[in-house]
Amino acid sequence: MTRRRLWVQLACIAITLFMGLPLYLITLAALSSRESLNQFPLSLLPTSLNGETMSTFLQSTGIVGGLINSLTIGLSTVLLSLLVGLPAGYAIARFAFRGRDPYQVGLLLTRALPIVVLSVPLGRIFLDTGLYDTTYGVTLLHTALALPTTILITSAIFLGVSREQEEAAMIFGASPFAAFARIVVPQALPGIAASAMFTFVLSWNEVLGASILTLNRRTLPAQVLATLADSPLAFRFAGGLALVVPALIFIAVARRYLLNMWGTTLR
Amino acid sequence: MPARVRRRGRPSAALLLILPSIVFMAALFVWPLVSGIAQAFSGPDGPTTAYVRRMADDPYFWDATRNTALLIVVLIPLQFALAVVMALLMRERPRLAGLHFYIWVVPLAISDLAAGLVWLSIFTDRGYLNSVLDQLGLGTYSWLSFEHPGTMFLAVVIAELWRATSLVFVIVVAGLQGVPRDYDEAAEVFGATYWQRVRHVILPQLRPSLQVALILRTILALEAFAVAQALTGRNFPLLVGETYQWYYTLQNPNVATAIALVVLTLSIVAAVGYLRLMRRHPEAR
Repeated sequence: MTRRRLWVQLACIAITLFMGLPLYLITLAALSSRESLNQFPLSLLPTSLNGETMSTFLQSTGIVGGLINSLTIGLSTVLLSLLVGLPAGYAIARFAFRGRDPYQVGLLLTRALPIVVLSVPLGRIFLDTGLYDTTYGVTLLHTALALPTTILITSAIFLGVSREQEEAAMIFGASPFAAFARIVVPQALPGIAASAMFTFVLSWNEVLGASILTLNRRTLPAQVLATLADSPLAFRFAGGLALVVPALIFIAVARRYLLNMWGTTLR
Repeated sequence: MPARVRRRGRPSAALLLILPSIVFMAALFVWPLVSGIAQAFSGPDGPTTAYVRRMADDPYFWDATRNTALLIVVLIPLQFALAVVMALLMRERPRLAGLHFYIWVVPLAISDLAAGLVWLSIFTDRGYLNSVLDQLGLGTYSWLSFEHPGTMFLAVVIAELWRATSLVFVIVVAGLQGVPRDYDEAAEVFGATYWQRVRHVILPQLRPSLQVALILRTILALEAFAVAQALTGRNFPLLVGETYQWYYTLQNPNVATAIALVVLTLSIVAAVGYLRLMRRHPEAR
């Protein structure tokens, strides 16, 4: 039995190395000077760490702008998808209305639609409506991608909030809206925050649609992708690290909710 | 009377709450889909198959189709095997489980572009892998050169395995939480080996989770492109990468849409295919 434990332990360490080592290496590469990146063989130990490569990357054309666009689009996507998705999630959790099942199936079906099928025609539609190359256009696309998940996750969250307390508040004279705001929202808030982070990461990571729908107002990944072929390796490594860091933070914060969000609700 | 008013009032309240989302989805899913089909099949002088023919005449298109299919066929089985092993390991409650779990799920939030750049630092000519090989005295190798399509493909597979196995892992772990330990323990009491229990007790109960993960992962793998773009440029074309090329570099949205519709068709075929396959063999293990 102890021998088996040992094998389990070793297997876990092996997988952790496979998953973790590349993260260490990209950090190392992005924090090495261009000079030390030109040496061969590269050192696997952090012997000459400095911020030169990272700061050159941040000073390149379009990077700070891309960062700002990414943040703007990410936050607007979170707001818009909650604005449209929360009421719908609440309706699914609280009302047994006709057409609820087809509506939910419809939400799940949208998942089978590849982003590319929406992005290219949306490019034409946005050109006609003046939304092309704006942060609004990309926000609309990202909200459409995030909305089904937001609705399904928030409905699962609202199902977990007791109906009785909400009704008790209304018996004591609270309006339905006040009952919602003062009883339901505080209890649902941690879950809603996790769902908001999920949406933000989706928007932060999405590159194809953002590339197709913009020209000058690129998001950070779209900017990195567009300049990929002509940029030196140091720039690409720095870009890689800049794209990975939010993922590390997100997973650290949202770890508790991962199983519910990706595991159960996505059934 | 009040009861009836209430019952009649409720559906309309629900409808009011879901209406914005329906309008939104119609505007951003249905409209682009319809307009996309129109774009691919109509030119300046009415209906045409010119764009589809142009797509089919491009050798890159067939390379991309072959590569995409190859990637799915090789990647998905590896990914599912690894994810199930990872989930079973977690079930053994190893030491430092929290730390292992965190590292294993971090790639969930990493984009395919970022994954490509991460593995570029390893596979590039003067990258970390060649540095290690050189220090071991084994000599270096151009992993990502177009002269070595085999290792180029391998690099893309490894990068995707690294990035996207976490999603399957999380779905399987969530599924395992729903599997009662009693069955497993009962089988152990009756002398079943670990392998027999995995095969005949645990895996059959994971079927619904695995089915969801399989559909989701196949559709997402069909959409992979930035990982190959970051590692190999256009040397390893994938379908969605070709849409990007046609739209961005060649400035031809109509052909881009035609390829996008091919991706859509493949996604639907894959999803329906899995559902039928699993329904037809409900007892298959």
